[in-house]
Amino acid sequence: MKELNLSPGAISEPEMIPTRFGYGDGLVELGRINPSVVVLGADLSSSLCVDRFRDAFPERFIQTGIAEQDMMSFAAGLSLAGKIPFVSTYGVFCTGRAWDQLRTTVAYANLNVKVGSGHGGVSVGADGATHQALEDVSITRTIPNVTVIVPADYQETLKATIAAASIRGPVVIRFGREKVPVITTRETPFTAGKAEVYREGKDVTVAACGQMVYESLVAAEILSSEGISARIINCHTVKPIDSETLIRAAKETGAVVTAEEHQVMGGFGSAVAEVLCQNYPVPMKMVGIQDTFGQSGDPDDLMAEYGLKAGNIVKAALEAVRMKKG
Amino acid sequence: MEEARLRHLKSMALAIRQDIVRMVAEAGSGHPGGSLSVADIVSVLFFDVMKHDPSNPCWEERDRFILSKGHACPAVYAALAEGGYFPREELLTLRKFGARLQGHPDMCKLPGLEASTGSLGQGLSIASGIAMAMKMDKKNNRVYCLMGDGELDEGQIWEAAMTASHYRLDNLCGIVDRNGLQIDGCTDDVKTLEPLSDKWRAFGWNVIEVDGHSIEDISAGLNRFRHSHFKPTVIIGHTIKGKGVSFMENQAGWHGKAPSPEQTRAALLELSQEVI
Ligand SMILES: Cc1ncc(C[n+]2csc(CCOP(=O)(O)OP(=O)(O)O)c2C)c(N)n1
Ligand SMILES: [Mg+2]
Repeated sequence: MKELNLSPGAISEPEMIPTRFGYGDGLVELGRINPSVVVLGADLSSSLCVDRFRDAFPERFIQTGIAEQDMMSFAAGLSLAGKIPFVSTYGVFCTGRAWDQLRTTVAYANLNVKVGSGHGGVSVGADGATHQALEDVSITRTIPNVTVIVPADYQETLKATIAAASIRGPVVIRFGREKVPVITTRETPFTAGKAEVYREGKDVTVAACGQMVYESLVAAEILSSEGISARIINCHTVKPIDSETLIRAAKETGAVVTAEEHQVMGGFGSAVAEVLCQNYPVPMKMVGIQDTFGQSGDPDDLMAEYGLKAGNIVKAALEAVRMKKG
Repeated sequence: MEEARLRHLKSMALAIRQDIVRMVAEAGSGHPGGSLSVADIVSVLFFDVMKHDPSNPCWEERDRFILSKGHACPAVYAALAEGGYFPREELLTLRKFGARLQGHPDMCKLPGLEASTGSLGQGLSIASGIAMAMKMDKKNNRVYCLMGDGELDEGQIWEAAMTASHYRLDNLCGIVDRNGLQIDGCTDDVKTLEPLSDKWRAFGWNVIEVDGHSIEDISAGLNRFRHSHFKPTVIIGHTIKGKGVSFMENQAGWHGKAPSPEQTRAALLELSQEVI
C-alpha cells in the first residue's frame, strides 16, 4: 500500500481547523503561482476566508456585492477573457440561487469557472437551516461538465483548491464552517477523481466524503473492537467518481456504507449506488441527512441529532454486514 | 455617414432580414419578431463598428458581442454567415438535428459566438466580466451586449448594472432592443419598465436613445459610446418587433412562431421590394 502520511494523532487527538481556511490559504498559494487566478466575493469575504486573497492580491479580487447570480455570470465573462475565476459564497447561494447561471452559462459552455461553496452541512450550526447547504452536491453533480469535490479536512481543501485551477472546466469545491479534525498532512496524496483507501478491511467498506471521513475512521476503530474489519475510503471527488476503487471494494468486502453530511437523496450515497447497482450490487446503507432540513444548534449536537456520528456509521455497517449474510 | 457605407449597411440589414425569414420558415419554429427588430443594430455592429475577423474568430484584439436575448440568434447567425464565418447554406440547418446553429446560441459549436445564451438576464453580467478582464489586462477591446426590453424584468440585469457602473466599465456598451413587446404582451402591461432611461441613469450609466432602425442614428449612438469615459453606456434602440414584414410588425404573436409557406412567400416578396 502506498504511503498515506496521515496525521499521526488523527483519530485520538486531532488538530482542529475549519476546511474553509484551506480554501482561503489555497487561493493565496494559487495567487502566487498563477497570475490568471482572480477571486470573486459577494459580501462574505472573511467568512469564506477570501479576505486572505483580497489582502494579498487586491487588484485580482472582485467584489460583486450581494448579487450571486451576477457573480456567477460575471465569472463566466472573466473566464471567456482568459482568467481563472473563483466565485466564493455559501453553498445555498452559489449552487442554489445561481444554479441556472452555473448550468447554462458556465457548464454548458464548459467555462473555466471555479465555485468555492462554503457552509456545507448541518455543522454550520447556529445560523440554522437557511444557511446549511444540504442539497448542493445533488444539484451540481447532475450538471454535465461539472467536477464536484468534497474535501475531508483543511489540508485536503487546500490541495483541492490548488488542483481546481489545473482542471479545465467548472469545479465545485464544497467545504464547511466549523473546526473539524485534520486527518491528512501536506504529504498525503491527493488527486482529483482518485479515491484513497485510508484503512484496509475485508468485511465491509465505508466510503465517505468531507468530515465524514474522520467519523468513518473512528467508526472503523469501534468496529474492529467488535471483530469487524472495515475498509475506509476517502472519496473526496464525488464527480467524476472513482468507480474502479468502489467496485473493487464492493467485490472484496461484499457490503458498502456511504457517509456524507448532505441529503442522501441525490448526493454522494446516490452517486456510489449508481456505480455499484450497475456493476457489482452489494448490500448498501447510506448515512446522511434523511430528507429533512437542519436547524440551529451546536454543531456537534446537530451532527448527533441528524445521525452523522461514528456511532451511526457503526450501526449502518453492522446492518450492511447482516444484510450480506441474510 | 458616407453614402456608400450607409447603403452597404442597409443592404446587410436587409440580407439579415431575408435570412431570418428563410431560416425560421425552414426550421418550422424559432423567433422571427425579436430577430427582425435587431437586424439594423446587428448590421451596424458586425459590418461597421466592431473589430473582428471572420477568418480568425478567436483573434485576441477583437471586440466582443454577447447576445443576451439568445432567442434572437437567427439575426446573429445571419450576420456571421454574411460576414464569412461559415457558408450561407448552413443557415438553413437552424434548429435541426446535428446542426451547429442550435435553437439558442452554443459557443462550443459555432465559431463567432462569444457565449452560450438563452436563459435571459445573464448577458450583461457576462459582458461585464469580459470588460473587467480587459481592464485588468489593460486592453482596449470593447464589449457589446444586446438585451431585450422584456428581458429587463430580470433582477440580474440590475445587479449587473450596479456592478458595471461600480467598476466604471466604460468599455462596455449595453444595447436594449426597445420593441415594446414580450411574450405575454406589451412590456409595460406585463411589468412597468418606464421611465427606462431614468432607471439606467440612476444606476450610473451613460444613456443614449436612438431610432433602432436608423443606420445613421445607431452609428452615431455607438460613436458617442466610444468617446464616453468613466461610465458604462446603454443605448436604448427604439424598434418595431417584426420590422420589415408588415404582418409581423408589432404583433406579440410573432415572437416565437414560424411563418407558413404562403406567409414566407409574402414576407420575402415584401422584403425584396424594400428600396435601399
Ligand atoms: C430566464 C428566462 N425566462 C424565460 C424565458 C422565455 N422567454 C424567451 S423570450 C421571452 C420574452 C423576451 O422578451 P424581450 O426581452 O422583450 O425579447 P424580444 O421582444 O426582443 O424578442 C421569454 C419570456 C427565457 N428564455 N429565459
Ligand atoms: Mg421586446
